[in-house]
Amino acid sequence: MKALVAVKRVIDYNVKIRVKADNSGVETQNVKFSMNPFDEIAVEEAVRLKEAGTVTEIVAVSVGPAAASETLRTALAMGADRGILVSSDAEVQPLGVAKLLKALVDKEQPGLVILGKQAIDDDSNQTGQMLAALLGRPQGTFASKLEVGDGALTVTREVDGGLETVSLKLPAVVTTDLRLNEPRYASLPNIMKAKKKPIDTVTAADLGVDVTPRLVTVKVEEPAKRKAGIKVADVAALVDKLKNEAKVI
Amino acid sequence: MQQIKWDDPFLIENELSEDEKMVRDAAHAYCQEKLQPRVMKAFRDETFDREIMNEMGEMGLLGPTIPEEFGGPGVNHVAYGLISREVERVDSGYRSAMSVQSSLVMHPIFSYGTEAQKKKFLPRLATGELIGCFGLTEPDAGSDPGGMRTRAKKVDGGYLLTGTKMWITNSPVSDIAVVWAKSDGHDGKIKGFLVERGTKGFSTPKIEGKLSLRASITGEIVLDEAFVPDENLLPGVSGLAGPFGCLNKARYGIAWGVIGAAEFCWHAARQYTLDRKQFGRPLAANQLIQLKLANMMTEITLGLQACLRVGRMMDDDTWAPEAVSLIKRNNCGKSLDIARMARDMHGGNGISEEFHVIRHMVNLETVNTYEGAHDVHALILGRAQTGIQAFS
Repeated sequence: MKALVAVKRVIDYNVKIRVKADNSGVETQNVKFSMNPFDEIAVEEAVRLKEAGTVTEIVAVSVGPAAASETLRTALAMGADRGILVSSDAEVQPLGVAKLLKALVDKEQPGLVILGKQAIDDDSNQTGQMLAALLGRPQGTFASKLEVGDGALTVTREVDGGLETVSLKLPAVVTTDLRLNEPRYASLPNIMKAKKKPIDTVTAADLGVDVTPRLVTVKVEEPAKRKAGIKVADVAALVDKLKNEAKVI
Repeated sequence: MQQIKWDDPFLIENELSEDEKMVRDAAHAYCQEKLQPRVMKAFRDETFDREIMNEMGEMGLLGPTIPEEFGGPGVNHVAYGLISREVERVDSGYRSAMSVQSSLVMHPIFSYGTEAQKKKFLPRLATGELIGCFGLTEPDAGSDPGGMRTRAKKVDGGYLLTGTKMWITNSPVSDIAVVWAKSDGHDGKIKGFLVERGTKGFSTPKIEGKLSLRASITGEIVLDEAFVPDENLLPGVSGLAGPFGCLNKARYGIAWGVIGAAEFCWHAARQYTLDRKQFGRPLAANQLIQLKLANMMTEITLGLQACLRVGRMMDDDTWAPEAVSLIKRNNCGKSLDIARMARDMHGGNGISEEFHVIRHMVNLETVNTYEGAHDVHALILGRAQTGIQAFS
């Protein structure tokens, strides 16, 4: 079975985000980028399935600028076999990414598509679900455990209040949650080997997909600063404030 | 023109290739997630976790410049330097253990060894299955290694080695020692020998009570007519060129490494003085503090740029050993000053292990001394420009 894994180039989770002065977005100049952490989990899961003999080939796909090939290279160093870069300097929104992935899935025919549940930059949490809908394939989102059976997939999902286990028919789409696995470090020998693995570059036009944004970003702002609390004199004052000011009791 | 990146003012990031950055990021992640949580206890208890060598081996951090054919990943010198910086950002002791294995054991076997020696030892050293050490310094021969007393006597089928080596990183846990001795079978010239664990007359007592580099293990090498077979002689080099060839590589790695330790101290001092408020304002609001931070930023930025330049020179083979002396001396001395300053800026908290700066400070005392002391590298640089050697 072939696996297709989607990886996104995002601002590194360690970077302190700065909002642009004109509130149009966040500063990206000279900022460190790396692979979206949930996508690392997706790659790791695919590599484990390959090591277990379930998956035979792993294709990593990224949508983004030329520099996103570095993210693909990381996926290759972790164990993916080849990469496809859908090159785009303009913003591509979740629906656009889902349509691009659908076009690639139609071409590559993977038995399993694994994506991070969301990207840490826009936190959309949409691409996997949209892709499954466009493909008309079953989806197992927020996976914390994944078992491949005969023509079917058992996915344990992290839902509010507990775990839900679903059984999906293959081919299927899975999105990863934090506890699915702990991604490996790319070792130096594998980083060097990854240089020899192929990365194909295509464009949205090549795939016949319209990725024109449907959403407009109105404004990006820093989260409001937390205000300092106050001390109350006694229990009576606290109860009074809870009752009359906060109106919670 | 654009806004300054305070922690990378010259945008060295843009000078690195894609693989160099990937190697650096992989080393950084491993060091921060696996080494940093262990170092406080290791330093306190003066213990070296043998497992670290296996982990480093698995990551490909041991002998990184050794080609794939002999089990290494075959990265360039800049990538090697970047790894060293990431390891030493955690602790100079861990970097020492790695440097010795890579530059002082694997490098001489690769450069001076026979095909059989390379095949036998390098792949197992690269995985960390074997640990190596390097015996040059003696109790009475430090900066003057030519004054060594260790002798190799030619006998039937090999050599008998007698002598004592001192301050040997990794020796108590080593499986193989690269020992330099004056060989009577070679007109008294210095030759390198591979002494394997289990050899009769070879022992490696641990040196206890170090107040520096406590997370790495150090010992002696005692040789009492230890028999080394002919096939364990390194045939490719004679004289001090052998050990110096290794030391050039190791010193180069040290020049990068100490920048990692210095960066840790700088970033910690910056954050601490921003967070700590006295007299109603952050310590960092004081001109005295800002002057210190400015000095740290300047020395680290210049030192790092120098490392990168020498790394590029090594990769295109235009380097001279004196260039390595220059960066080893400069970066060690400056990093030690930075660590002392950072310790001071942390006030009373600076003496606590939890803030790490005092550990870096006492570690760097060693790093400034070993592999050519600060003053000895000055003599090398003096000789390089005057043609007069001032050693004796």
